[in-house]
Amino acid sequence: MSRYLVDKFLYTIDRDPGLVERYREDPGGTVEWWEREQAGRILNCPVDEATTWLAFTDEERAALAAHDHVALFGLGAHPFLTLTLWIAMFERDFPEPLGMQRDYAARLSHLGLPYPDIST
Amino acid sequence: MAKLVAILATTHHPFYYRTSRLPTAEAPPFAAEWVRKVAAYRETLTRMRPDVLVMVGSDHFHQLWLDNMPQFLVGKAPFYDANYYNEEREFGLPRLLLKGHEELSAHILRAGLDEGFDLAFSNELRVDHSITCPILTVRPDNDLPVVPIYTNIFAPPLPRPERFVALGRTLRTLIDSWPSSLRVAVIGTGHLSLELGGPRQFGPHGPDPEFDARAVEWIANGDIDGCLAEVTLDSLHAPGNATHGFMDFMLMMGVAGYAKADYADHLDLFHTMEAYFTWYPNGVDA
Repeated sequence: MSRYLVDKFLYTIDRDPGLVERYREDPGGTVEWWEREQAGRILNCPVDEATTWLAFTDEERAALAAHDHVALFGLGAHPFLTLTLWIAMFERDFPEPLGMQRDYAARLSHLGLPYPDIST
Repeated sequence: MAKLVAILATTHHPFYYRTSRLPTAEAPPFAAEWVRKVAAYRETLTRMRPDVLVMVGSDHFHQLWLDNMPQFLVGKAPFYDANYYNEEREFGLPRLLLKGHEELSAHILRAGLDEGFDLAFSNELRVDHSITCPILTVRPDNDLPVVPIYTNIFAPPLPRPERFVALGRTLRTLIDSWPSSLRVAVIGTGHLSLELGGPRQFGPHGPDPEFDARAVEWIANGDIDGCLAEVTLDSLHAPGNATHGFMDFMLMMGVAGYAKADYADHLDLFHTMEAYFTWYPNGVDA
């Protein structure tokens, strides 16, 4: 399990307007590129001084590539990070205010407490 | 010594800024009452004529990240740029520049370390909406220097509620012992019950109105012991998955001691309850 890396993906995509659009339009390609080129980048270190051992599990990679926020919730991805990025990508597709957020919640409505552990 | 003239504990709602600026015809039905309540709350700070603001909030995965996560962090810089691209994108928040107060930051760091809190610090901190929302609501002129204090209510493992209360108590003694003639206000923001990114988000009320009602009573009555008897890291999952932000309210209860709030108000909004508390620790005529 590499919950930290899933969170790192969500975090680094969300903070870059270009990557938000890239992930919206090409989720599979963006996940593949990001894991190959960006996953090991330590955010406060020069590019050459990268982490060598980080990788997604197959389940995590598939959930990200499918824009499957329900699966990400189940894997313990930080819900604030997922929601924030989903608002950036998909709020525009819903005509009414908070429509995306309510649809997002409805798709999770089969889940009860306790929620999956989000600790990293 | 410095004089602590006001303690404000409130929610920070990032939608307020945009909502408050909508033309009447476009504003949602709750906007007018919300603006009225915020204006009344602002007066509780204005009337005390503070010189410097200590501001307690929490970074929302902006500058602070999981590769290097402090539990409690004090800003020590002459200025703080504020707000981030995703806050402009999602909430329409403006970018701001806040002045810092390095002398008070240094005092809190030095004396806080000596009192047993291993505080992290930052000399280049870009603050987010947990700090700027209260600037926009209670000090919109943004004319006072600030000392930002960040708490980790976001990335487990978190400090326990007792630790937040203890930091608040310590912060009170640090301010009271600061050799300065300035008038200090402490403003802290958190949440009542809140769910973000889960099945209970964005309902017609906060996810747990019963918790909210109890929380308002604890805070308004200065009932630290009653609050600590019921609130734990585990219990805070039940009212909503972002309810650990309530621990910033508990920190502010620590600053206020066991005193009843001099001003208490709240507003039941869609998906969350807004709450506004002020204490005048040296009296309203201080």
